[in-house]
Amino acid sequence: MKFVENVKPDVTTDIVYMMCPMHLLKLEEQMKELEPGQILEIMTDYDGALEDIPAWCDKTGNEFLGIDETPDFFKFYIKKHAR
Amino acid sequence: MKKYYFDHVATNPLDPVVLEAMMPYFKEEFGNPLSVHAYGMTAKNAIEEAREKVAGLVNAKPSEITFTASGAEANNFALRGIALARQNEGKHIIVSRMEHHSILNAARFLEKSGFTVTYLPVDKQGVVDPETVRKAIIKETTLISVTHASSEVGTIEPIKEIARIAKEHNIIVHTDAVASTGNIPVDVQDLGVDLLTMAAHQFYGPKGAGALYVKQGLRIVPLIYGGIQESGRRAGTENVPAIVGMGKAAELAKAELGKRMEYLRPLRDRIIDSVAGIPNAILTGDRQNRLPGHASFCVEFIEGEAMLMLMAAKGILSASGSACSSKALKSSPVLLAMGVPTGLAQGSIVFTLGMGNAIEDVDHLVTEFPAVIRRLREISPFAQGWGDSQEGGTCVTG
Repeated sequence: MKFVENVKPDVTTDIVYMMCPMHLLKLEEQMKELEPGQILEIMTDYDGALEDIPAWCDKTGNEFLGIDETPDFFKFYIKKHAR
Repeated sequence: MKKYYFDHVATNPLDPVVLEAMMPYFKEEFGNPLSVHAYGMTAKNAIEEAREKVAGLVNAKPSEITFTASGAEANNFALRGIALARQNEGKHIIVSRMEHHSILNAARFLEKSGFTVTYLPVDKQGVVDPETVRKAIIKETTLISVTHASSEVGTIEPIKEIARIAKEHNIIVHTDAVASTGNIPVDVQDLGVDLLTMAAHQFYGPKGAGALYVKQGLRIVPLIYGGIQESGRRAGTENVPAIVGMGKAAELAKAELGKRMEYLRPLRDRIIDSVAGIPNAILTGDRQNRLPGHASFCVEFIEGEAMLMLMAAKGILSASGSACSSKALKSSPVLLAMGVPTGLAQGSIVFTLGMGNAIEDVDHLVTEFPAVIRRLREISPFAQGWGDSQEGGTCVTG
């Protein structure tokens, strides 16, 4: 797993306590809104996202920057691929 | 025998217009809102339309409305969901003694789970003094829940003031607005609350539909785990007809709120004024600041249950205390919290009006109620003693 600190996201989505697979639905929804090169931050407490989000990035060609762990939840950083 | 329904706080009859809006979703539009085909899309759209209407009734954003199966579920969801989500910041919550069992028992569950709960006292009218809220706040307090209006005594609580104090301390505020939503103006922005509970059957919608307003950005732990219905906050295939009905009922309530209040207030006041002439019968709750269709009393020397039965024999259907207290045959904790003596609290009776009540229905009630009290006091051993010792008692032994 890649760990990052102090990433400045362009958009933040808080889905802490929301059930699986909200992390994938929100991810897809939010990424559509982003411009190429922009960074999305997703906050979730769902540990399944640790596998799902990097895998989703591989599949879709977006760049998974890494996670920042807090005591209550994870912050995932994804950079939208340049076209 | 004609029936006169004066128990609207227990539940309202379904508005026929609401039923009509629901019917297609019992029949041809049976789809699961999560399905991606045409049936699913229709059901999904119907739910989202209902969400907009419910949001409109309380001045919220549609995305801030989570549908539940009842007001009780929404109350449990709010209390447990916020207490658990914030437990790292503190494990103290505050509720009032005016609350419904779905708040009080959820609070007791939290106590057993290691939380500390402060139960706020109330005055004789059942009003929570905002200053007592201020005094109850400690560093570990994360949530305050006070009902918007009491279903038992009709008192409307100073939620706006309470919310203002809570915000000074960065504490989340929930209000149980089951008895008030659709009956008086309820505006989440104006009240300044973070969460608010409503139930459709309190404003001529169906049973089985409730909602929790959750302010945007607030984290809440789900009560029911499963799929991604309600944005992953409340799992379970949606009760589409009931939700559609709640939406329609909310739309009607918003449009007709002023008219409903103007119709019910004079009828309520007529009942209250008529009881003012009966010795040793008191109005419970606040005289001015009360729900438009709510008239509740305590009558000395008589059991509430006995009054209910004799009134029912005249076709008048009412309640004693809250619906559940009545079945449990015990004094209402709300009345006891208001300082009503145990004996007097046993003689509780609640008349709640609705748009189906004609003026003639109220005429019938105000004629029969004093007669029922007279009859019961004649046979009450306690009333005899009281009658002998009172000078000029007018209606004790007849």
